[in-house]
Amino acid sequence: MTVTESRPRLTPAPPSGTYLGMPAFPKAVKAALDNQQLRKNLHHATSVIRAKRATRASEVRNWEELRVAGEEIKNRVGRHLDQYLVQAEKAMTDAGITVHWARDAEEANRIVIDLVKSKNTPEVVKIKSMVTQEIDLNEALEEAGVAAWETDLAELIVQLGHDRPSHILVPAIHRNRSEVREIFLEEMKQWGTPAPEGISDNPPELAGAARTHLREKFLRSKVAVSGGNFIVAETGSLVIVESEGNGRMCLTLPETLISVVGIEKIVPTFEDLEVFLRLLPRSSTGERMNPYTSIWTGVTPGDGPQDLHVVLVDNGRSNVLKDPVGREALRCIRCSACMNVCPVYERAGGHSYGSVYPGPIGAILTPQLRGMASAVDKSLPFASSLCGACNEVCPVKIPIADILVHMRNKAVEKKREHHPTVESLIFKVVAWIFAKGRNLAFIQRFSKLAGKLFKKRSHFGPLPWPASGWSNARDLPVPPKQTFRDWWQEREEASK
Amino acid sequence: MAPGTGKTVALFATCINDTMFPGTPIAVVKVLERLGCKVVFPKDQTCCGQMLTNTGYFKETVPIVKNYVKAFGDYDYIVGPSGSCIGAVRHQHPMLAERAGDQGLKAASEEVVKKTYDFTEFLVDVLGVTDVGAYFPHRVTYHPTCHSVRVAHVGDRPYQLLKAVRGIDIAELPDADQCCGFGGTFSVKNPDMSVAMGSDKARNVKSTGAEYIVTGDNACLMHITGIMHRMKAGVKPIHLAEILAHTEGDAA
Repeated sequence: MTVTESRPRLTPAPPSGTYLGMPAFPKAVKAALDNQQLRKNLHHATSVIRAKRATRASEVRNWEELRVAGEEIKNRVGRHLDQYLVQAEKAMTDAGITVHWARDAEEANRIVIDLVKSKNTPEVVKIKSMVTQEIDLNEALEEAGVAAWETDLAELIVQLGHDRPSHILVPAIHRNRSEVREIFLEEMKQWGTPAPEGISDNPPELAGAARTHLREKFLRSKVAVSGGNFIVAETGSLVIVESEGNGRMCLTLPETLISVVGIEKIVPTFEDLEVFLRLLPRSSTGERMNPYTSIWTGVTPGDGPQDLHVVLVDNGRSNVLKDPVGREALRCIRCSACMNVCPVYERAGGHSYGSVYPGPIGAILTPQLRGMASAVDKSLPFASSLCGACNEVCPVKIPIADILVHMRNKAVEKKREHHPTVESLIFKVVAWIFAKGRNLAFIQRFSKLAGKLFKKRSHFGPLPWPASGWSNARDLPVPPKQTFRDWWQEREEASK
Repeated sequence: MAPGTGKTVALFATCINDTMFPGTPIAVVKVLERLGCKVVFPKDQTCCGQMLTNTGYFKETVPIVKNYVKAFGDYDYIVGPSGSCIGAVRHQHPMLAERAGDQGLKAASEEVVKKTYDFTEFLVDVLGVTDVGAYFPHRVTYHPTCHSVRVAHVGDRPYQLLKAVRGIDIAELPDADQCCGFGGTFSVKNPDMSVAMGSDKARNVKSTGAEYIVTGDNACLMHITGIMHRMKAGVKPIHLAEILAHTEGDAA
C-alpha cells in the first residue's frame, strides 16, 4: 500500500527509498567520508559524549561488577524468556493493561493502527522509541490516515527535516545548530505552530521553538505511542528513561497510551532494574542519572491515561535467540556507548549502515534481525576494523567484536553455500600456505624474488588491481631479499 | 647472564615478520640472548591464522591451529613480537577448535595458549626486566595497537620498556587509543574508511614531531607508514623490539 498522490501528507515525508535498497557499507561511506560538515559534527559530538561516559563510569567504584550483573541478568532473561514473558503478561493484565502479541512488524503496526482508529483520533504523539523505528510505525500510521508526531527534540528535527535518524540516542547527531534553525524555520509552519521569526541558532532559542511547537500537540492528542526501556516481569511495570520530559508529557496527558516493546526488554524483578538504571544513563548520555524516569504499573484511576496497551514485538528476536553466539546481542539496552566510541561510526555516520540500528551494535543486530539477503546487510559484519573499543564500553558486556567475526563466518558460509566464490578460493590457497612451515617457505621464494627484482626501491607506489585497494592511498614496502627463516638457517649453519 | 644459560624460548616470528619484516624477530633474538635466554625457532611454524578467522573462514583456519600446536607444543615459553597475533592465538584458537568439533585439538590448544606470550609480557612478567640495556637517542611516539591492548592485554608494559631505554625522547601521541584503521582484510574490504582512519592517525603522529613511530605490531605499522610514506612525511616506522635491541654499540 502506498500513499496516493492526491492526498496531502499528514506529516513530513521521510527520504525516498528504503533501508534495504541501500548500497553496501564500503560504497555508502564514500559520500559520508567526503562530507566535511558531517565529519566535523560527528567528531565533535562523539568526542564529547565519549569523554563524559568515561568520567561517569570511572566514578562508580564497582562499575565492572555492575556490568557483570547486567550481563548475567540479561542472560537469565534470554534463557527463560518464555516464562518471563508469560509472567509479565499476567502481571500487566492484572494491573489493567491490555497485552497484545506481534510476531512481526506488520502485525505490530496493524495492532497499533486498529487501536488508534478505535479512538477516532487523527493523530498521536510519540516518545522516542527504537522499536517503532524498526517496524516503521510512523509511515504505517501515515498510510492509515493517522499523523504520528515525534516529541523528542532530536527526533523532531529528523522528522521535520525529512530525514532519517543516524544515532539511536541522539538521532540528529549529524545536524548542527544552523541546520536545525533552517529546518525549524522552513518546516514548523507547515505542520503546526511556526518557529518565531528572526529565531537565531542559539540552542535555548531552538529548544524554546520546539517546546512551543510541541505544546499544542501534547495538549490536543488523545493517544500517545511509546516504546519501553524495561518491563519488570514480577510486577508488570513499564519503565521509560528520558532526558527532556517530553516522554512524561506523553505518559500523563493523553487518555490512551500504547507501548510497543521488544520481547527482550524484560527484567525479572525491581531489584534487577536497579542495576540497569545505574548502567544506562552513565553509558548513554554520560549522566549520573537521567532527568526523567517514568515507571507505571497499570491504570491509576483518575490519574494519567486510563486505557493502557502493551504490544510485545518479536520481529526476528526469537530467531536471534536460537544462535548461541549471536544472541548475546539481545542483551543490548540501546545505550549507544558502542557507536559513540567507534572510530568507524564516527567517520561513517549512522546513515551508511542502512538500518535504524547503526554502529557496532547495528552491525551485529541488523543482519540477525533482517537476515543477510540485501547488499547492505551482507556488508555490515565487515564494517568494522575489530578494534574492540565497543567491547570495553558495553554496559552489558556484549562481545561485539567476537559476534562480528561470527557473523562474518555466517556470511562467508552462506555465500559459498552452492559454489565457491573467488574469495573463498583465494583463502583456500592462503590456508594451504599457512598449513605447514615448508609451504610458507616455498611461497617466500616469490617475495624474495620481488625483493631482488625491485632492490633499488624501498616501496611500491600505486599498483593496478587487485593491489589497488591497498595501494591507492598507501605505499607498500618492497619485501626483503632474505626472510627471517633464511637468516636463522644461515646463522645455524655458521655456528656449526 | 651468559647467552643460552637461562630460559629456553621458542620464537613465534609470525608470518608477516618472517616474510616482510625479518628485522623484528632478529631484534627479539638479540634482546632475548642478551638477557641470557636460549632462543629456538621451530621451523614448522607459520601464522596465527587471524587473517582467515577474522574474514570468516573458520574451517580453513583449523589446520593452522593444528600446525601451531604441533610447532610449539613442546616448549614452555612461546614468545612473539605481535600483540595482535598473540591475541589471536589466545582468544581464537580454542574457539576455532571447538567450532570444528575437535575437542582434542581444543584441549591441546588451550595448553599451548597458556604458554604463549607477547614479547613485552615475557620481558616484564617472566624475566622481570624493564631495562633491557637499550640505547636509542631519538624522538619517538608509541601507538598502542588495538589488539595488543584489548585482546592480548599487554597493558602498559611497552611503555615501561620504552621509558627504560637510554637516550630516548618519548612524545605522547594524541588520541593514542584510537584504531589506526588497518583491521586486516578491513583495509582492503573497506579501503576508504581504513584510509580515513589511518590519515587521522598519521596526522597525530606527525604532530608529535617524532622521528619514529613505534608499535608492537608491524601490520598496523605497515598501514600507518604506508600512508605516511605516500605523504613523504619523513617519519620512520620501527617495531618496539628493534628499539630494545639497539645498544650503544650500534651506530645511532
